Amino acid sequence: MTYDFFNKLFGSQIVAALIQSLLPLFFFILPFALFAVWFERKVSAHMQDRLGPMRVGWHGWLQSIADILKLIQKEDIIATENDKPLFNIAPLLVFVGSYAAFAAIPFSSAFIGSNLDLGVFFIVAVSGFVVAGILMAGWASNNKYSLLGAMRSAAQIISYEIPTILVIVTIVMVTGTLNLNTLSEMQTGHFWNWMIFGGPTFGIAKFLLIPFMILGFVIIYISTLAEVNRTPFDIPEAESELVSGYHTEYSGMKFAMFFLAEYANMFAVSAVVAALFFGGYQSPIGYLGNLIGIKWFIPIEQLLWFTAKGLFFVFVQMWLRWTLPRLRVDQLMAACWKYLIPLAFVNLIIIGLITLI
Amino acid sequence: MTIYDIIFYLFAAITVVSAFFVVTTRNIVYSAYYLLFTFFGVAGIYVLLGADFIAVVQLVVYVGGILILLLFGVMLTNRITNVQIKTGTIKIVPAAVGVALFAGILSAALLKTNWKTINTEVPISTAHTLGLLLMQQYAVVFELLGILLLIALIGAASMARK
Repeated sequence: MTYDFFNKLFGSQIVAALIQSLLPLFFFILPFALFAVWFERKVSAHMQDRLGPMRVGWHGWLQSIADILKLIQKEDIIATENDKPLFNIAPLLVFVGSYAAFAAIPFSSAFIGSNLDLGVFFIVAVSGFVVAGILMAGWASNNKYSLLGAMRSAAQIISYEIPTILVIVTIVMVTGTLNLNTLSEMQTGHFWNWMIFGGPTFGIAKFLLIPFMILGFVIIYISTLAEVNRTPFDIPEAESELVSGYHTEYSGMKFAMFFLAEYANMFAVSAVVAALFFGGYQSPIGYLGNLIGIKWFIPIEQLLWFTAKGLFFVFVQMWLRWTLPRLRVDQLMAACWKYLIPLAFVNLIIIGLITLI
Repeated sequence: MTIYDIIFYLFAAITVVSAFFVVTTRNIVYSAYYLLFTFFGVAGIYVLLGADFIAVVQLVVYVGGILILLLFGVMLTNRITNVQIKTGTIKIVPAAVGVALFAGILSAALLKTNWKTINTEVPISTAHTLGLLLMQQYAVVFELLGILLLIALIGAASMARK
């Protein structure tokens, strides 16, 4: 919808597509990353009975802007033993991988980067670029801690992709679509139409589905948490073992790129979980725009709801990070292959049987 | 020349140039990363052909699977266990014969095939039709492929246990 608007405004498909593809970056990811960095510090501080940043602005809300100004001024260090071309490309590749996922995420009924028919599948596919970028960073750093971190990260992301995909397949089986926009539209109405509450069709199957949908949600939430390398699955950058994993050698803006990619990824997976199970951009209680009869207000409300849902799951990720200790490598692999994957398979079969009713 | 032609030539150039560097670069890790761009270019060409499902599968299987496995193998052997990986030219004559034969087959296929060209306005999504075909017309083949993959998995697991 925004694409048509820009197309009419500028009369050129190229300009319209360019603006459309840059919108999420400048109006969403950058403000979100700045907010999330500050928020994470505040959340961690309050969980540990501290105050966190307090000096810059009200309760330190300008702290991340001060940090980014500092990072811009820092020297860009490239050690002589680093593989220079790969070292420079790696942060970009990681960021490209995580930003590409935003192309298929519906922010509201009026804005989706590209209304892909294979939306969720596309998001799974582009995460391969992130893995390649992480491996590139680890290898080019020419540092054993970086390489070990990159290896761990790649192994972890690939392993945890399997339960994620199995849960996505489950949802696709029930709804019959891979398009995140259609998926969100299906869950319209009130919150009892969300997939976590058994989907929009009313019947016995809906009530039977609820416990298995909740199980599916738990599986996908745990595995996406592992895919974005967050605690309790942060062994790729375990500070006490590996300095900080694959971005040990990076400084200045390149480090900031990794940081930005990490926060963008956190929001992307939260958004996918929200779109699959929690109605995407749909409001749980109906729209104010319908109530007072202003149609154009509905997409704005949807954007707010979507952001709220995404932020809530990001908050839960932070909450888990500052609550749980880190898993060991063997525990991590056992959790995936011995528990999550079999559970996801059983869940898939049971939900398949239920949908036959 | 429309915008789609330009995009096509862009992706074609990415594919061909990176494929050239894959075979000429001495550093095997560089080769692997040039391969990433080759796969990306091929995926782009699939999209322009209207084969959206194949394009995404290309990314999943080749970038997310095979390339990562390749990099993993190279990095584990090269840096961690100090096994030297040789990159050089050996056995030129058999290689040239093989490549010439393969090139002959490819160019014969290219020239002899009766290419179908259909003008479509907006490409429709292929996932639905593809799924129906796999589950109805080609169900037996599909199941057989599944069994083949299962055998490969069991084989890999049993080899890893030794």
